Amino acid sequence: MKRTIFAAALVSMITWWTPAVRAFCGFYVAKADTKLFNKASQVVLVRDGDRTVITMANDFEGEPKDFAVVIPVPTFLTRGQIHVGEKALVDHLDAYSAPRLVEYFDQNPCELADRVPMAMRAASVLEARPGVGGRGLAKSLGVTIEAQYAVGEYDILILSAQQSSGLETWLRENGYRIPAGASDVIGSYLKQNMRFFVAKVNLPEQARLGFKYLRPLQIAYESPKFMLPIRLGMVNAKGSQELFVYALTRNGRVETTNYRTVKLPSDVELPVYLKQPNEFAGFYKAMFARQANDRAGRAVFLEYAWDMKWCDPCSADPLSNDELRRLGVFWADDRDSRVFLSRLHVRYDAAHFPEDLVFQETGDRANFQGRYVLRHAWTGQDVCAAATDYRQTLVERHAREAEQLSQLTGWTMADIRTKMGPEAPVRVQPAAWWERLWRP
Amino acid sequence: MNDPRLYQIGTLASLLVYGMGWLDFDITPGRVALLLTTVLATQWIGDRVSRTGSSFGSSARSALISGLSLCLLLRTNRTELAIAAAVITIAGKFLIRIDSKHVFNPTNGGIVAMLLVTNQVWVSPAQWGTETFFAFLMACAGSLVVTRAARTDVTFAFLACYCALLFGRSWYLGEPAAIPWHRLESGALLLFTFFMISDPKTTPDSRIGRLLFGALVAWGAWYVQFRLFRTNGLLWSLAACSTLVPFINRIAPGSRYVWSTSPAALTSSRTLRAA
Repeated sequence: MKRTIFAAALVSMITWWTPAVRAFCGFYVAKADTKLFNKASQVVLVRDGDRTVITMANDFEGEPKDFAVVIPVPTFLTRGQIHVGEKALVDHLDAYSAPRLVEYFDQNPCELADRVPMAMRAASVLEARPGVGGRGLAKSLGVTIEAQYAVGEYDILILSAQQSSGLETWLRENGYRIPAGASDVIGSYLKQNMRFFVAKVNLPEQARLGFKYLRPLQIAYESPKFMLPIRLGMVNAKGSQELFVYALTRNGRVETTNYRTVKLPSDVELPVYLKQPNEFAGFYKAMFARQANDRAGRAVFLEYAWDMKWCDPCSADPLSNDELRRLGVFWADDRDSRVFLSRLHVRYDAAHFPEDLVFQETGDRANFQGRYVLRHAWTGQDVCAAATDYRQTLVERHAREAEQLSQLTGWTMADIRTKMGPEAPVRVQPAAWWERLWRP
Repeated sequence: MNDPRLYQIGTLASLLVYGMGWLDFDITPGRVALLLTTVLATQWIGDRVSRTGSSFGSSARSALISGLSLCLLLRTNRTELAIAAAVITIAGKFLIRIDSKHVFNPTNGGIVAMLLVTNQVWVSPAQWGTETFFAFLMACAGSLVVTRAARTDVTFAFLACYCALLFGRSWYLGEPAAIPWHRLESGALLLFTFFMISDPKTTPDSRIGRLLFGALVAWGAWYVQFRLFRTNGLLWSLAACSTLVPFINRIAPGSRYVWSTSPAALTSSRTLRAA
């Protein structure tokens, strides 16, 4: 059976005043991780100077024998520059940086005097094989097999070629299912002196190693190119694709230089029914779709930007230096542990993302996270002037929460009111101004 | 409108308001006030110390253009670096001079100097997005109408060469035309083309010199982006090419440009001199 090129999503890679540190309060409730999205690719992009380490994780669910990946890379890679990583590390990074839901509980307004400002309640945060094709055939097609390696359960080839058609033919003849129209894209990468990294699964080796899933591939190289080639994956792709980039850098936030990088709406108060199972996931997907659409489908979204040393609230513990090193953060040790994580989320297709993603590292170390807030109402029966006022503001708050949810997701107010149940905003006549005038 | 700088100030201020209000630019009103105050203060001091004789009312317009451009382009989380950038931007006009003329476009010089000395400042070339490109284009093109007396030939020379290089590269690589078009749909490129490279005070004096200069800047920007694979090719290239302007003026002399603030100044032989 022909191998399906999983270039799809995969990123066909080639490659006096400090910012205010805000303490966030709130109990962590849930996260919206990458598992929400079908066919999502995840790439960990470690970069410092010209040194780059890329970890490519995929959610390929077919037979391992059908798996293959073709990735443009900017330089030749020796055996030592290729490694098989651990999916658990990527999952940890995903969990650590995922947009999160936090909740607060209103206090009895009659005891307001006892209230402690949020900024002082930080403690309340939960800590939460060779043999592919023949060299003879390759030569006749102008394709050079520059190297072939067996790395873990993968057979890897580094290919260069004089002509894209030769490389395309070679790949087809060797059982790789190349989408029609890929030739032009392959050609443009070849003319830029890029090599092709081709990997497929060595089934006996996989059986021997005992892994039931495909572990992520890692490559390390030195090149001024700070980019991810996505064009090959878009050839003949149906619909848009989902890509998560976790950029780990020393200096600060990473952004794209050829597409606008936009912060996802954050710190928004929403109706508390979102705490119910699957509601937050549904909210997040709808919100992301609307945000992408509002920006003409051409923006890259920043979901998280944080110093790796800490988090608040934590949806997962920060990664240890050891974990970071295994992900390729080569400078992380006891002396230098400055690691800044930027989580970028891209929904792309050929119409809106004609060229590869190009990045730059900025000096921005300001913290940002996709954070959505639930505030549970106080439901006590105490009677006092403050409680009366509180109940009035509660009605306004619930109305505001519903409107914000509707604006972010495009959901109708009628649907939101139904789901909010007893908390649904009701149109009440606001108290007349004189009703408070001579109240004791 | 006699002084085209007034139109430029209006356009840049509108772009800044739009960027802050609708595009979430990473700059606060406080930072804007700080940058503008610093450039004006530095200009005032520079005028006094250098005894140029020009009125502050006129030189403040140039300083405001530089300050607004800084607000649109320069990003940093550190206040002292923002102040340093504003001071260098204006002080460079007084300190780095050849033939009684400043060498670098002030904003360009200020940003490049800061990029060279610290990794705590950056420029976000994609901050404009592409959704409102054509409205942006119209606003910039408007400046051409207003500055028709000024030296727009350098703008056209640069644009023509830059387009040729972008399309030529994509044609050679077999890329679809959507790729060079996407690269051209850039607010940063428009800002550079209509408000920075067109600065009549730092471009060569003769027409042939300006055409050559525009072509050189385009080639340099292309080289930085597609050969060195670095960001901000336009800014690096303009700064590098600006150092060639005195030589270009020697080879191809022309008359020096002076901002007109009144109809009388336009015809004043005192302010125009043959090189």
